[in-house]
Amino acid sequence: MIRLENVTKVYPDGTVAVRRVSFEVLKGELCVLLGPSGCGKTTTMKMINRLIPMTDGSIYIDDLDNATMDETKLRRNIGYAIQDVGLFPHMTVGENIETVPALKGWTKAKQRKRAEELLELLRMRPHEYIEKYPRELSGGERQRVGVARALGGDPPVLLMDEPFGAIDPITRLELQNEFLKIQQEIKKTIILVTHDIYEAIKMGDKIALMKEGQLVQYAPPADLLFRPKDSFVAGFVGADRGLKGLQLIRTKEVMWKSPPTAHPDEKTEAARKRMKQYGIDRLAVIEPDGKLRGWASASDAQGAGRVKEITKISSVAAGRNAVLSEALSLMLTSGSDVLAVVDQHNRLEGVVTFKTIQETMREAVQRGASQ
Amino acid sequence: MRHLMILFALLTLLLGATFWVTSLGKVGIYSTFTYSDLLHSAWAHFKMVFIAVVIATAISVPLGVLVARTVFAPLVLPVIGGANIGQTIPSLAVIAVMAPLLGFGLQSAIVALVIYGLLPILRNAYTSIKSIDPAVIEAAQGMGLTGIQIARRIELPLARPVIMAGIRVSTIITVGTAELAVLVGGEGLGKITLTGVFAQEPLIILQGAAPTAAMAIALGLVLELAERRMTPRGLRIEPESF
Repeated sequence: MIRLENVTKVYPDGTVAVRRVSFEVLKGELCVLLGPSGCGKTTTMKMINRLIPMTDGSIYIDDLDNATMDETKLRRNIGYAIQDVGLFPHMTVGENIETVPALKGWTKAKQRKRAEELLELLRMRPHEYIEKYPRELSGGERQRVGVARALGGDPPVLLMDEPFGAIDPITRLELQNEFLKIQQEIKKTIILVTHDIYEAIKMGDKIALMKEGQLVQYAPPADLLFRPKDSFVAGFVGADRGLKGLQLIRTKEVMWKSPPTAHPDEKTEAARKRMKQYGIDRLAVIEPDGKLRGWASASDAQGAGRVKEITKISSVAAGRNAVLSEALSLMLTSGSDVLAVVDQHNRLEGVVTFKTIQETMREAVQRGASQ
Repeated sequence: MRHLMILFALLTLLLGATFWVTSLGKVGIYSTFTYSDLLHSAWAHFKMVFIAVVIATAISVPLGVLVARTVFAPLVLPVIGGANIGQTIPSLAVIAVMAPLLGFGLQSAIVALVIYGLLPILRNAYTSIKSIDPAVIEAAQGMGLTGIQIARRIELPLARPVIMAGIRVSTIITVGTAELAVLVGGEGLGKITLTGVFAQEPLIILQGAAPTAAMAIALGLVLELAERRMTPRGLRIEPESF
């Protein structure tokens, strides 16, 4: 979909900003350009929509050489979102989003429909926001409108320069998660520039790590973490790459599906036997309607009586799409080495243990080292 | 809104003073100017100001916008600096210099007024373009707006209120400076004021000065209202902060 071949940028004063960079982004993929500041990642991105003219090499979009395409036409088919958003302050949210549709000559009705759709997509109620002006929005809302505007003309390709950069960490996390969901729906080909390795690992299907204008490694996040090409990459991903790798795996991939459970009304005797049978020291206690009630531990199950009498009520649980770093964090804060994985109705789907996480990570690191 | 009321009160006071002196008919050994003299001078004054501001605007706005573009950055300092120097020369001197250069007459007066009225417009035109968030322009370029579209749809609407403010300030200054035009053969209310000065008759000075001040206030008000109308809604300050 997007192919860079030996792309080079030399400034008139002789500075080489980008040197012979080549990589290809497949249709529907999200590629992250990652690197320290001044590594040429933004320059590389801006050469794709020709905001910066390249000195040498070629860029193909859908096998069309972007140098031969009409500049404005090229840009109208590439969504563009930047860190400072740059919403037009004298236009409403609706008018901002309708900019490219209007340039493309869509009818007024179709433009408005598109703006409403996109606001909906970004979880902003259209009737509430469409007539607002940028100054009436919060930072996070502006970023959303910026993304909506970039998607305005329904471009197949999206360029994003630190689109979640200028907002507080909590809102950023929220927006990243939402954007990932949105991307699953819209399946655009995206190039996202960031200097934040966590964002890169979380968002990228592939990561292009750059250093001093050169592409150092182009690989999926797991390879970058566990099969760093050289010491620069290893240094950049950091000594805590194991921890970072926890962001790549979701609980549903490693959880123990349909684990043994206990019923509040059954005898503790039976529960104890079941724990022994599976070699575990704790059982999830499940209500008749399937909802998680809490945990019963082997040490409490010595005497007679019912399971409900020894159940420690707990609602700590992770969703099936939570990443392992979140699961681990929940374990650490709740002081337990097992964690329930539940669906949106708090019904148990499985459990993740500390040991599972440990083994998963060790495996990933070993796999990387052996290849 | 409160400052509007104060200005209206002031305007009434000044016009009242003018009518009062005119109605006296005679002060000391001098006759006051008649209503028809007054009207004629006021009209001549207004025409001079109008022509001068229109020319100053026509020169300053394109120049300011041009200078604000990064490509023309090297020109920034000389132009703004030159205009700044122009402003430090007393208006009387600018006008006085015009007479030997261009001879006596309206043209000298207008050229002097244009030179003097340039700076506020130039400075505001320059700042108005410069103060636009670069991210806004980058986003517009990235979305595929052409240079002309960016100028028309983005830069102009954002710059207009600031440029209008420059024109307003320039107009008010020019109304005052035009008092001196009579020295180089121009016309206007300065004729009345200066007659009063030479006759050492304060009431006749007032007969020329009061309507001049009234004109400055009135034009300032009209232009301020125009400025507000031209400010896009998204940029308007909320009413409570007035």
